[in-house]
Amino acid sequence: MSAQRNKIHPHKYSLWIAMGSITMMFIGFTSAYIVKRAQANWKVFELPKIFWVSTAVILLSSVTIQLAVKVFKQRQMGRYRQLITLTAALGVVFAALQLWGFSDMAAHGLTLAGPASVSFIYVIVAMHILHVLGGVVALLVMFFRAYRTNVKVYSPVGIEVAATYWHFVDALWIYLLIFLSVAR
Amino acid sequence: MSNEATLHGHQEVHGSLGHDQGHGHDDHGHHHETFISKYVFSMDHKMIAKQFLITGIVWAIIGAFFSVLFRLQLGFPDTSFPWLQSILGHWAENGHITPQAYYALVTMHGTILVFFVLTAGLSGTFSNFLIPLQVGARDMASPFMNMLSYWFFFLASLVMMSSLFVQTGPASGGWTAYPPLSALGDASIGSKVGMDLWIASMALFVVSQLLGGLNYISTILNMRTKGMSMTKMPLTIWAFFFTAVLGVLSFPVLLSGFILLLFDRHAGTSFYLSDIFVAGKALSNEGGSAILYQHLFWFLGHPEVYIIILPAMGMVSEVLAINSRKPIFGYLAMIGSLFAICILAFLVWAHHMFVTGLNPFLGAFFVLLTLLIAVPSAIKVFNWLTTIWRGNINFTPGALFSIGFVSTFISGGLTGIWLGNSSIDIHLHDTYFVIAHFHIVMGVSAFFGMFAGIYHWFPKMYGRFMNNTLGYIHFWITLVGAYLIFWPMHYEGMAGMPRRYFDYSTWESFKQFADLNHFISIVVIGVFATQMLFVFNFFYSIFKGRKLTNANPWKATTLEWTTPIHAGHGNWPGEIPEVYRWPYDYSKDGIDFIPQTTPIGPNESAH
Repeated sequence: MSAQRNKIHPHKYSLWIAMGSITMMFIGFTSAYIVKRAQANWKVFELPKIFWVSTAVILLSSVTIQLAVKVFKQRQMGRYRQLITLTAALGVVFAALQLWGFSDMAAHGLTLAGPASVSFIYVIVAMHILHVLGGVVALLVMFFRAYRTNVKVYSPVGIEVAATYWHFVDALWIYLLIFLSVAR
Repeated sequence: MSNEATLHGHQEVHGSLGHDQGHGHDDHGHHHETFISKYVFSMDHKMIAKQFLITGIVWAIIGAFFSVLFRLQLGFPDTSFPWLQSILGHWAENGHITPQAYYALVTMHGTILVFFVLTAGLSGTFSNFLIPLQVGARDMASPFMNMLSYWFFFLASLVMMSSLFVQTGPASGGWTAYPPLSALGDASIGSKVGMDLWIASMALFVVSQLLGGLNYISTILNMRTKGMSMTKMPLTIWAFFFTAVLGVLSFPVLLSGFILLLFDRHAGTSFYLSDIFVAGKALSNEGGSAILYQHLFWFLGHPEVYIIILPAMGMVSEVLAINSRKPIFGYLAMIGSLFAICILAFLVWAHHMFVTGLNPFLGAFFVLLTLLIAVPSAIKVFNWLTTIWRGNINFTPGALFSIGFVSTFISGGLTGIWLGNSSIDIHLHDTYFVIAHFHIVMGVSAFFGMFAGIYHWFPKMYGRFMNNTLGYIHFWITLVGAYLIFWPMHYEGMAGMPRRYFDYSTWESFKQFADLNHFISIVVIGVFATQMLFVFNFFYSIFKGRKLTNANPWKATTLEWTTPIHAGHGNWPGEIPEVYRWPYDYSKDGIDFIPQTTPIGPNESAH
């Protein structure tokens, strides 16, 4: 007879599978982009410069969340709360910069209802923003949990899962940016 | 309770491994549960499985009834049925189903049966019920997420159900929802709000499937009891595992297709639309391609076929071995063939698109891959037949439905070889031959697998037996009826009779099939009535069926039969049993069956 055995925490496992799922959705989008690109009425245009700034922001947020994991394990809870707040804030800034990019495109006559090449940028980037904001919500949950007094959490699983997801949306954006830059 | 359980009072949570940490799973059966927490928002995988099953049965009745309604139109195109008006109102004026209602019924029939019954109802039920029980886990990796999976399905059901009652009717562009019918609100009456509700419902459904799939994979890979190596798992679990992998990798692609469809519908984009005229007026959409949607749809749509059939295959393997009192033949080959099917399922989607102007060279590539699927499928059929060959077969309803599954899988699968050839498909595409093929191989087979599972695991679910006599009647009428319904459709299809035609009788070419369609429709009504017999048997047996007195009524080897007859949340009252052997030790060394929990003897061979 034996007790329940676990190897990796189930939540970590589930997250990796979920990331595979999300990746497949974006593969669906980018595959559709490639198919459309080979067809008529494909308009080539420059991506907004602000996207590169937002890339720097999300890269920085990956650093801050990794530091948050480190200080959590060292039980520096004050620093930990600061870092996850900063990460969430950087996530919101990233989303805001992406929206700024949209307004920049619209100002140049590149609207959502325009050519498919433009529509794809709006849809793909918007879907990525939604995933980043999902991560922000998760970080806010972590933030409030860090203030609870009736339960002291010593398990780093929560923040490790959040960090893994955050690095994932970061890497996903890098992939999307390179893809959208190269596949013009 | 779960590993997500709220911890009250001043506590400390350590560690990163414990599904059992922070609370005692041994207490599952003892902590106070309200009606709501036990039967509604339950986190017990067994209750969630029952919720999936009963919701699936409700949907199956609705979906099957829709098929009866449109078969009335096909079988009796010139006959008026005044009672139809009392059911369908203005959709059946003067007792005749209108063309719009016909297309809506066909669309909803396909959607409901494919997604809500044979995906959620079948996989959702048995993956939930059997995975923790057969791998030796207290519950799913994330019971809370498991609960969410059901409630997302329930929400999807509510939205889909509500679409039946909107003024303009439900979606009517076919279960595949091809643009432009699905992308333009003005295309038809069924393209209006009904289509929006259809997409919303399907999006919720995809979320439900993803949450479920994540859980199934995590639980199987991560929460097996001691000794339960991957090669000691029952084939049911392997089948559920590959089904979940298919789901989590293909449903997101469908979701991406739906998102683009929504933008085309409401944001003026042109992903799928180009050069469209509505009522003589040119729309501004340019550069879109409806074929793009087909690629995205069928990238899910074909794996979906296997998402439906793999769980049935797994359960049939299990039921046949148990009721033949023989080990499953070719256990590793069965796993290998499941894996091969899983891989190939992702590589054949374009065989649904042979007539879309696909490059013939590319078509040949997809023909080859499609025909390759016949190899692992044939391996499985061979192994099922050799499993029951010279077995000491107990012809329980479950065993009969399993044998029926093998029969329909063979006869339906063989016609797939026809359709998999692009040159033949050019003639057969969108004819009744296709309808006959996929209804037998995917619809009837999967239903037979589901029935086998229900009859076989009903005692584990409810602590009672279903009525055998009603089960036999159910089996024989359904088997014979299914062949009588779908076999003649092959001939109609070969003669070119197209699917999705509201009234074939206005074509000279197809009038010859009037009697045949008349006959098919009568059989459909009879088979539907027989399914009501099953529904009666199911619900009656829950409350009045013969009670189980033995925790292992089928003399099976797997872990689910080591739990008490009425297992609480947590499944095992004490510790989880350890596993020592594979799950198919039947008639070994003169012993009828040896449970997985029995250690291997000193002079005993491995298999």
